[in-house]
Amino acid sequence: MSLSRRDFLKYAGSTGAGVAVGSATLDLKPVQAAATTLKIKEATVHPGVCPYCAVGCIQLIYSKGDKIIDIEGHPDTPHTLGRLCPKGAATIQLSNNPLRPTKAMYRAAGSDKWEEKPLDWMYDQIAKRYYDAREKYFIEREKNKDGQEVLVNRLDAIASLGSACIDNEECYLLSKLNRALGIVYHEHQARV
Amino acid sequence: MTTNLIDIQNSDVIMATSNFAENHPVGFQWVMKAKERGAKFIHVDPRFTRTSAVADVHVPLRSGTNIAFFGGLISYAIQNNLYFKDYVVHYTNASFLIDPAFKTATDGGGLFTGLESTGKGGVDPHVAETYKKESWKYQLDGEGNPKRDLTLRDPSSVFQLMKRHYSRYTPEMVERVCGIPKQKFVQVAKLFCENSGREKTGSITYALNLTQHTNGVQNIRALCMLQILLGNIGRPGGGVVALRGHANVQGATDLELLYHELPGYLPMPLRDAHPDLKTWLEKETPKGGFWVNRPKFMVSLLKAWYGDKATAENEYGYQWLPKRASADAYSHQHMFVDMYKGVIKGFLSDGQNPAVGGPNAKLARAALGKLEWLVVKDIFVTETAEFWKAPGVSPKDVKTEVFFLPAAPAAEKDGSLTNTMRLIQWHERAVKPPGDVTSDAEFFVSLAKRLQKMYAGSKKDRDQGFLAASFQYGDDPKEPNMELVLKEINGYATQEITDKDGKVVYKPGQALNTFAHMTDDGKTAGGCWIYTGVTVEGPDGKLINKSNLRKPADDKDYLAHGWGFAWPANRRILYNRASADLQGKPWSEKKKLIWWDPAAPGQEPDKKGKWVGLDVPDFNAFLAPDAKNGDKPFIMRADLVGAFFGPLPDGPFPEHYEPVESPTKNLLSKQQMNPVAKIWVVPDQRNDLAPVASPDYPYVVTTYRLTEHHLSGVMSRYLPMLAELFHSHFAEISNELAAELGIKNGERITIATPRGKIHTTAMVTSRLKPFMIDGKKTHQIGIPWHWGYNGISKGDITNDLSASVGDPTVYIQETKAFLCSVKKGEV
Repeated sequence: MSLSRRDFLKYAGSTGAGVAVGSATLDLKPVQAAATTLKIKEATVHPGVCPYCAVGCIQLIYSKGDKIIDIEGHPDTPHTLGRLCPKGAATIQLSNNPLRPTKAMYRAAGSDKWEEKPLDWMYDQIAKRYYDAREKYFIEREKNKDGQEVLVNRLDAIASLGSACIDNEECYLLSKLNRALGIVYHEHQARV
Repeated sequence: MTTNLIDIQNSDVIMATSNFAENHPVGFQWVMKAKERGAKFIHVDPRFTRTSAVADVHVPLRSGTNIAFFGGLISYAIQNNLYFKDYVVHYTNASFLIDPAFKTATDGGGLFTGLESTGKGGVDPHVAETYKKESWKYQLDGEGNPKRDLTLRDPSSVFQLMKRHYSRYTPEMVERVCGIPKQKFVQVAKLFCENSGREKTGSITYALNLTQHTNGVQNIRALCMLQILLGNIGRPGGGVVALRGHANVQGATDLELLYHELPGYLPMPLRDAHPDLKTWLEKETPKGGFWVNRPKFMVSLLKAWYGDKATAENEYGYQWLPKRASADAYSHQHMFVDMYKGVIKGFLSDGQNPAVGGPNAKLARAALGKLEWLVVKDIFVTETAEFWKAPGVSPKDVKTEVFFLPAAPAAEKDGSLTNTMRLIQWHERAVKPPGDVTSDAEFFVSLAKRLQKMYAGSKKDRDQGFLAASFQYGDDPKEPNMELVLKEINGYATQEITDKDGKVVYKPGQALNTFAHMTDDGKTAGGCWIYTGVTVEGPDGKLINKSNLRKPADDKDYLAHGWGFAWPANRRILYNRASADLQGKPWSEKKKLIWWDPAAPGQEPDKKGKWVGLDVPDFNAFLAPDAKNGDKPFIMRADLVGAFFGPLPDGPFPEHYEPVESPTKNLLSKQQMNPVAKIWVVPDQRNDLAPVASPDYPYVVTTYRLTEHHLSGVMSRYLPMLAELFHSHFAEISNELAAELGIKNGERITIATPRGKIHTTAMVTSRLKPFMIDGKKTHQIGIPWHWGYNGISKGDITNDLSASVGDPTVYIQETKAFLCSVKKGEV
């Protein structure tokens, strides 16, 4: 009996340490032979969603310690049947990538370089910018089309853009935060 | 999309209007599966691509002429009696009578009744206009119901008006405008229309190819009209297949990172129209259709945001929401024009790269330089984060402070993403992010909490809403528990809720099972009603996160209802009542989806009858077909039927106009462009436009994407594997144009528009061919837009060429069709 890639992944993934299940009708020799050399041996597997287009291919993300060692398509996914495109297959390099910045950075007005800064310093400074802009430019009331002063509680001086790349829960938190502060320039990639 | 990728396999004909195979490769397998099962496949695209390579017919059309094409198909179906008459008569507004004062664009020289000048003036007299829609309405009977003519013969009926409106859209006209030879158009029209109807269904797929136009919304409407004309909505193998480009562009839209709405498609209050909650509810709650429940969704949202501080006495905190000064403001393009003018002082760019990815990108980068401060949070250091280092910019002249925060990709955090099928799927953190990298949620919550500390004790009314909003989810002060955020989105009871017999239905804090349980009296809270049901309480009291369920499809459930959770109510095909006839029987055995089973146990013990089948009914499952409105599938519309006649700012029927920049005069009418398109007036000649048939800018240009790269390139140009696969920017030009200009494959060329110019490499190809437009040879070129000045693979920014012009309904830009020049060498 031949073994499809889908079956192969299922068996390999089901034990983590290769193949321990037997079957009277299935010849597991080819799987066993491959599994002994698999880099995912003894790795932990997590469900992922491909972060590129909106087909939403479910991935199996294998990690050892703090390092992702492999990302594959999840063979059971009904709308993808486990496939990934070139971008989806490259997802691992979003994490394991020497170009990736891991420090927060600040660039002062007129400067030609970045300075690394502690995260707390960054958050304090950003919060101060938000606070100052809101205090200075907040529009509590303005005239409506009939010339009457009405409550608008609006902040035009801060704009927020993005993102279709972040999670639902993050989008919701950003909506809640922006609107609670009075922000109306509030957009993301769906508009373009 | 109205349907599901898996269901494409049931189509008898598929018309792809985008480059499906290259931009959504994994989804495209369902087209191939349908083909194996005998389906016909049509590809409509100016370029020959890998999608065209497997199509039965490839139909190149000149960019910007989609409505001429779809209008031609609508007309062909009507003239040749190929529409699905029973569906059209009963499930659409074709039989409704319109005010006799209304005239179509056939009788108005390309304009509908009611166009008038706004008196604003502007750069172009054609765009300073607006429609008065007084006659764009149904005739009503004595009881206020729309008058109908079920024979569809009344000249005032929507059907006859539509027939008259599209009578000009003949195969000959399609040939002149679109450049599609008449025979080819008729071949395609026959193929698509004859493969739809009672026994057969067809699907149409689209992406940004239809949206990025100054009549983008009307493009989509034209497609939808064709689909309801042929009876292709709500049925297996039918549907409007919107192929979204970002992993969570659907979710970010549902949760409303958009200026004009609140989560769950609730209009963002306007200063003049919505002074208080009562007025908002009155104006935004229609008399019929499912939106009659809108007050429950709005009050539940306010309760979710403002908690205990939201009470009936203070309009549930409604006044804390900002009020928009105008409907024509704050969109992406408004944002960068206003930033350039100095209105905006501070800017958060989170997971978006407008220095490359938005229209008129040169204007966007100049606007960033007018800011006092900029915060960028992204996985890599984007062109937006380093706009002060862009070629030709002197950093010392840029006074904007810039804060860069490194962001975690999905693999390093918990959360859910909503795919193009409305399917919410959970992912788990596989590893902790390195160094000072954090999730976006961690940043938003840290910022919110710091600001709340700074505002603590404020007695000002305007600060009380912000102070009332909770940003604490779980015990960790820094990292919010994302399942608890999802639960707030889902909704929960704010107090004990009992049924009429006093039995406890919900304990305080318990997750709601369905949005049908939301109330408008503050007893429920919920951040986005359409997501309700994604988290429910299990029998053991623990939260079940349905987006994290993974039961594969099987023979009994090809739509895989146990895999994730699709909004709304885990429904996989929208408007599925339309899969059955008036009596509730499937239109055909082959195309059955849901049907009325009169013997099934009913809602009450002594009653029988229920909708059953292969999907969750998009409907009250116990509403009999012969009950009032039991035969009306389009429940989100106040009149419960599909709309051929649908008033938008630019007309109740889609009409062909030329793009703002066009190589030809409009061959259909004397109205050159969309009379109500948005054209921004930008200082310093930053939005100059090429005139019609400009000799300086003679070629049509369209922009597009590649399989190996992602949008503005942040998630691909910085990855060695992908940068290597497609390592440089290029432009596709036809053999014919290359010969005219003496350009060889691989040579450097200059492409310019009145806004900017780029240098790139010519890819001379037979994939593009000149169009014959009204007997005149018209060249079109194509340019991918993934490149910028950062990353491993660098290139000029294609969007420096595009203009600040927009659709009048949603203000999306026109980057699929504009004009350019092409010159040999770097000049």
